[in-house]
Amino acid sequence: MYEQANVNGFDIDQARQLVQSLEAGDVESAESIMDSMTRVRESGLYQEIGKLTRELHNALRSFELDDRISELASDEIPDAKARLSHVINMTDEAANKTLTAVEDAMPVCDDLKKQAEDIEEEWIRFMRRDMEAEDFRGLCRRLSTFIPEVSGSSQNISGHLSTVLMAQEFQDLTGQVIRRVISLVGEVEDNLVNLVRLSGKMTGSLGSVDKGKGLVEDSTKAEGPQIPGVDKAEAVRSQDEVDDLLSSLGF
Amino acid sequence: MDKNMKILIVDDFSTMRRIVRNLLNELGFQNIEEADDGATALPKLRNGNFDFLVTDWNMPQMQGIDLLQEVRADAKLANLPVMMVTAEAKKEQIVRAAQAGVNGYIVKPFTAETLREKITKIFERIESGA
Repeated sequence: MYEQANVNGFDIDQARQLVQSLEAGDVESAESIMDSMTRVRESGLYQEIGKLTRELHNALRSFELDDRISELASDEIPDAKARLSHVINMTDEAANKTLTAVEDAMPVCDDLKKQAEDIEEEWIRFMRRDMEAEDFRGLCRRLSTFIPEVSGSSQNISGHLSTVLMAQEFQDLTGQVIRRVISLVGEVEDNLVNLVRLSGKMTGSLGSVDKGKGLVEDSTKAEGPQIPGVDKAEAVRSQDEVDDLLSSLGF
Repeated sequence: MDKNMKILIVDDFSTMRRIVRNLLNELGFQNIEEADDGATALPKLRNGNFDFLVTDWNMPQMQGIDLLQEVRADAKLANLPVMMVTAEAKKEQIVRAAQAGVNGYIVKPFTAETLREKITKIFERIESGA
């Protein structure tokens, strides 16, 4: 019924009444009908202003999103670059530490092997009873220096193996850093998708785009290794500092 | 210090679990189990009669600090010695772990010597306190 009685905000019944009033010469009621029609038109205008306000509000909200993007561009991307460079440094250091340990251990092994081969040769001669007493005394002297050397060299090699073992911790540390960068890349992607969505239908209803809001930093939130030159928070730089801090707390 | 004590290593990176396990082996500990997260560690701890917990902080499901809090809040586990081995090096974090009742805190990267020293210290303190 409304659809028929109402064309583009004009109330047809009211319009008929207006014509009737004017024909009957009833100026007073004609004026009151005009007033009421104008009020309806004005309230339509208010609705339109309300709609514009909402669009303006949404547009402003999307500017807040832009803030987050500029933060990503100005701080977090360079920060991620520094973190990734640190990953290179850590893997480089681990690789060199491992290679050095292997290079140091290799000659120790070679030396043991060579001495063992020499001794074995003489030992075979001795077992064949193909050895003079003087040579036998020489073999005994060599054995008495070789045996403690085996023990010492094994300890030496085991030390190098421990170094190789410890050098592998880079994988955990770099993994944590890379995970953080991956989540940053994901956020950049989301924001870019949102931007495309926004520019695609700037005038439409935007829904709520609240990404990047509510990022209240928890100062004790886990964030992986501290990166030199990137992390500015107060952090300890060595195990000694950890120990000092803990002992200041009564540990 | 009982070399047969049962130790749980919790870290989401298997390489770090292997490193810690190998170091503990070198120190003479053989009775070692592993968990890859606080959430998988907690049921193990509740059913496993562990004597010592070595945990990372930054893990996907349940963080080490939350695991520590759960352990301290659990009547059966409350006295379990806990050592954190973590890359988290901010002072607030170390203080928070101390307040949550950690027994030792090692910052990665660390050395085998540091690990040995801290474990010895933790058990010396427990034995002298007991």
